[in-house]
Amino acid sequence: MASMEQSIEQPAPVRLNLIERILRIMWIGPAIAALAIYVFFGIVGGSSGFLSVPGTAGWLNAAAELGIIAIPIGLLLIAGEFDLSTGSVVGAAAIIVALGSGFYGLPVEYTITMALALGVLVGCFNAFLVNFTRLPSFIVTLASNFILAGTSLGLSRLISGSSNVSYRDAGWAEPILASKWNFFNVSVLWWLFAAVLAAWVLRQTRFGNWILATGGNADAARRAGVPVGRVKLILFIWTAVSAAFVGIMSAVMYNQGNAAQGQGYVFQTAIAAVIGGVLLSGGFGSVIGIVLGCIIYGMVSLGLFYTGWPTDWLQTFIGALLVVAVLTNNLIRNIALGRGRKAN
Amino acid sequence: MTAAPLMRLAGVSRSFGNNLALNGVDLDVYAGEVHCLLGDNGAGKSTLIKIMSGVLTPTLGSVLYGGEPVWFRSPRDAQAYGIGTVHQDVGSIPLISVARNFFLGNEPTRGWGPWRRLDHARANRIALEQIRAMGIRRVTDADQLVGTMSGGERQALAIARALYFGARLLILDEPTAALGVKESRVVIDLIKRARDAGVALVFITHNATHALSVGDRFTVLIQGKVAASFLRGEKTREEVLNLMAGGEEFESAGHGD
Repeated sequence: MASMEQSIEQPAPVRLNLIERILRIMWIGPAIAALAIYVFFGIVGGSSGFLSVPGTAGWLNAAAELGIIAIPIGLLLIAGEFDLSTGSVVGAAAIIVALGSGFYGLPVEYTITMALALGVLVGCFNAFLVNFTRLPSFIVTLASNFILAGTSLGLSRLISGSSNVSYRDAGWAEPILASKWNFFNVSVLWWLFAAVLAAWVLRQTRFGNWILATGGNADAARRAGVPVGRVKLILFIWTAVSAAFVGIMSAVMYNQGNAAQGQGYVFQTAIAAVIGGVLLSGGFGSVIGIVLGCIIYGMVSLGLFYTGWPTDWLQTFIGALLVVAVLTNNLIRNIALGRGRKAN
Repeated sequence: MTAAPLMRLAGVSRSFGNNLALNGVDLDVYAGEVHCLLGDNGAGKSTLIKIMSGVLTPTLGSVLYGGEPVWFRSPRDAQAYGIGTVHQDVGSIPLISVARNFFLGNEPTRGWGPWRRLDHARANRIALEQIRAMGIRRVTDADQLVGTMSGGERQALAIARALYFGARLLILDEPTAALGVKESRVVIDLIKRARDAGVALVFITHNATHALSVGDRFTVLIQGKVAASFLRGEKTREEVLNLMAGGEEFESAGHGD
């Protein structure tokens, strides 16, 4: 009895110094990086307008369009899976809306529903193939990206004679998907909504715990009763529907749909998630980190214009940033894991 | 001394195609006792515990639990009867918190409808209490990552978890295999603690010292058959070692006695 009481005594208060406490914040790396990059472009490109309202709106809009897809991509990576099919879903959704409503004059709610349904379909296709064949999602979604890209290009040319269809008036969808306020696109609000939703799911729900466990150790998760296949299905659908949403938004916003558009998202979204501290092998990451990763990507891609330097070097910059980000995130994670051992 | 066994395997056989992995195995597991399952690789130990934990069904023979015949269709089925299994890799997930790992699949929630959310405070409190009740004092924060814990501490987490969720029979699959001397001692202490709390334990090990230090009952499997089954103190350490190494030499030596 005495020993029982002894063991359940109040644990000693955890003594963490400030630095350790800061390093345990999952998104501290990308936060510092985002701040440093903002300051850098503020100094180098501030005089030409990086810090102005249009300048800020520029990188925020870019981050938003990227982020709406990068957030579910990040969750999927945390669950241990890739999705390289988002690019084609963006293009296919845009061409569905532009062709259906612009070319055939169907009500926009029909074509938006069709485009979102396509997202559900692609998500199911990816998930079923991954769950039942056990093939790596990298290959499965790479294949579906190609299949869908070719199909939407072929079909749109077959139907309308062109892969690029213009679409003028989206009616009620215009204010929801394409309105602006002081240079800021409404997509920023959608991005915010996606982030809040994903953060809630990952941190506060049972499903969020299952996402982390599925990516961390799928066998152990299965044994603990986590429906691993269902977790992946939901995340593949979430990702593809988000990609379809961005395609719809771009058709309405830019008054046209192009079957070949959107391929940039395939790698940009994964890069943003990884810069944001998501572990590529799964099991670790945070939504705030992904959001910061998108902000970094947006600031770098638009900030370079304000420096006056040739923008040919953009990809070099992004690539270098990616390496530095991954190394830093590894370092921080190792420090977080090593803390307990040192205390021994 | 004890009344009826909590679990009894009677003439259990299991074949995979033409390969007979288990051949008429009898085994009794009692509450408050440690039953050590010994044998070389390929002797049928894993097949046997898979049958006990509901992963496999026997081809022949029966499983009785609490005196009643049972037929587990899945591990969940077995879990519902209070059979917990702690696997070699412990099923720990290094990059999530201790509390999240403890409650994985059974997460406590509060709130209603779309506001239903994880009860982090409760999960953290209970997880920390349960792990510390296992005598693990170095874990002071349920929010710390499982990856910061040692192998023995992760075993403690897995055992605490199984017991908290109502395991009355705990199967430990080589829990000391990957551990150092000190860490193994922690696990042996955990096994004693669970036994003293009235849990029935099945302890699979390759280590005769570990087995003898904690076992009440022993079963040695050789090529799918029970080669020997005895109580604590009935055999010497050398005899046990011989049995584990193959058994035949022991049998021929044994006839001379």
